[in-house]
Amino acid sequence: MKKLKIDPITRIEGHLRLDLDVDNGKIVRANAGGPMFRGIEMILKGRHPLDATRITQRICGVCPTSHSMASARCLDDALGLSDKIPPNGILIRNLLLGCNFIQSHVLHFYHLAAMDYVRLRSGVEAGVLKEEWGPFFPQHKADYKPGKEETLHLLQDYIKALDIRRQAHELLAIFGGKMPHQMGIVAGGVTMKPSADKIADFHFRLLRIKDFIENSYIPDVLLVAGCYPEYWKIGASAGEFLSYGALDGLFAAGIVKEGKIENLNTKEITESVKHSRFKDGENKHPSEGETEPQPEKEGAYSWVKSPRYNGLSCEVGPLARLMVNYLSRNPAVIGDIEKFLKDSGAKAENLNSVLGRHAARAFETLLVVREMEKWILALEPGGEAAVDYKIPADGEGVGLTEAPRGALGHWIKIKDSIIENYQCVVPTTWNASPRDESEQPGPIEKALEGCPVADTDNPVEPLRVVRSFDPCLACAVHLIGRKGNSEKFRVL
Amino acid sequence: MATINVIWYAGASCSGCSVSVLNSVSPDIKEILLAELVPGKSINLLFQPTVMAAGGELAAKILEDAPKTPGYVLIMEGALPKGEISEGFCKLVPDCMAVIALGSCAAFGNIPKASPNPSGSVSVGDCFRENKIEKPLINIPGCPPHPDWFAGTVFHILYKGIPELDSLNRPKLFYGGLIHENCERRPYFDKGKFAKKFTDEGCLFELGCKGPYTNADCSIRSWNNKTNWCIQNGHPCIGCTEPEFPDVLSPLYEPLKLKK
Repeated sequence: MKKLKIDPITRIEGHLRLDLDVDNGKIVRANAGGPMFRGIEMILKGRHPLDATRITQRICGVCPTSHSMASARCLDDALGLSDKIPPNGILIRNLLLGCNFIQSHVLHFYHLAAMDYVRLRSGVEAGVLKEEWGPFFPQHKADYKPGKEETLHLLQDYIKALDIRRQAHELLAIFGGKMPHQMGIVAGGVTMKPSADKIADFHFRLLRIKDFIENSYIPDVLLVAGCYPEYWKIGASAGEFLSYGALDGLFAAGIVKEGKIENLNTKEITESVKHSRFKDGENKHPSEGETEPQPEKEGAYSWVKSPRYNGLSCEVGPLARLMVNYLSRNPAVIGDIEKFLKDSGAKAENLNSVLGRHAARAFETLLVVREMEKWILALEPGGEAAVDYKIPADGEGVGLTEAPRGALGHWIKIKDSIIENYQCVVPTTWNASPRDESEQPGPIEKALEGCPVADTDNPVEPLRVVRSFDPCLACAVHLIGRKGNSEKFRVL
Repeated sequence: MATINVIWYAGASCSGCSVSVLNSVSPDIKEILLAELVPGKSINLLFQPTVMAAGGELAAKILEDAPKTPGYVLIMEGALPKGEISEGFCKLVPDCMAVIALGSCAAFGNIPKASPNPSGSVSVGDCFRENKIEKPLINIPGCPPHPDWFAGTVFHILYKGIPELDSLNRPKLFYGGLIHENCERRPYFDKGKFAKKFTDEGCLFELGCKGPYTNADCSIRSWNNKTNWCIQNGHPCIGCTEPEFPDVLSPLYEPLKLKK
């Protein structure tokens, strides 16, 4: 048995480390730990409720739009506006979140994951990259399989994808003002009414991006899959999947347990801190979240908490959305899913794997783009896009959505017109969660069990597994609430 | 050809500064990384946790070996929370030629340092003062900073050395004026026509705009390939380039009341 530590895990968002037990070339146990925290929920207490939308975005610079969406929906709920948002406001919010999906998924496959699958030295030989030049070198030694031509093709698409990812942010800026940390989504709707010129601008930029998704992104994922078929069998999580549903039914809500779909009841969610660096207490629903940092706690190895659904450790993200959509036979997409499985040669029983995650992510990018084409042309130029509101003295709200990386929930309690409590349960809290009371591993930990490690000096296989989840640790480790601390912050 | 090594270190951040730099238009990110940024001079980004090929030991070794090739530019993204991360940063400082504190977290503390500062975060400048470190420091605040502010500063360092800085160590080129001075909605302010709710025409002052307090050139430069920017999109400026963001400038959606 060999102990293997991988720290830092690069090409993910934020700080993550792995402690692995490797026996006979296979991982037998994995601990995934988030070594840093910022405590954004503590920072939110005592502030003006509306500020939450801008501040929670700053949990994550890769998926800020999802946080502002969850936060705005949370405030809509607390302010009694949920059914009053004008259609333009809903459509523009969806378009902004859609842009964030494109940006995040393209970034993930090409710029975070792809280097695990191609021999970068071939890029030097072809004159695309420079000898021993950062950030491309050094690269781990590994079984890189794509041939010279395929490698060059993937490297050229890596570079093309730099432009496409940037264009997805420019697309978002049309209605979002700027990116990262867009300035469009607010409680009650959005800040700008649509106009015909912006609709046309958005529409044609979107079509250019769609071309890349259809003709480069999806084929490139399938190219990598063709070179590494063994990764259809590596990296399976326990097989429990959760989706809150989002984007007007494009993603269904549900929970997959033992291969069967069930309706989602968010009251079943509790958070454990057994191996997290917080003071032990009863496992509560996030809306009642109550946690105190305890960095030196015995047995704790992460700043990430362990959310569980009825006690189960659930995977969230593109694969979870695909599984929930597939098993619930979501009429909006079931035909597309079946066609994709047929065309790609992916088998439903192999989806819970490294390649299944990449395929699900690429496929849903196209689904999102197609819906965006409909939403942009459903906008009413000059029509209302926001409703006015008053901040109540007291209130409670919940905002659920799907972020690129999975199910995202925000919960707020307002007292005396300021934030009394704010809690977020984010996708990577689910996926990168540590073990709980019953020693049940989190999804990433589970997916690493059984993963081969050919060379412990170059542990590329576990890195491929971890990166297939697209973890975002900045999101996962910010989530600390402490009761009874409602300092006032008004300084001016 | 002269090579300037660059080490990009991340602390309490959201990676938004990394992503913003990827949005650079001209030079684009490929040109920043691979071309001669100034004829005869290129940057070699040895360490950047979000995009670098290496991971684990192979990546950690690059930082361990950094002192062997002194004279690199050290970029700090994120605030410095108490503990390991700050210690790692401090080890890299003695052998660098200058530190760029990229983004408001590194420059001023920003969200992580906001009250009650649960992680005990400080800015690079605070860290220098506490530890009596004397190194050239360039602050490029913004949440995130505009990619031009970053690319322009790096270009300046390679081309003519460290640019002229204001009293907060920000390049005057980018932070020399107020948002308010060149705001496209300024005529509304002068005429007293104020937006009362989102999507209204008018100056956004009453919705909480911090433009009159905020040093940055967004109102001239615009964002994301000149597609749009906060105020053009009907959202008040939140003052994200200022050391007073977010605590002193909160509530964000209430009119500015400044102490004179």
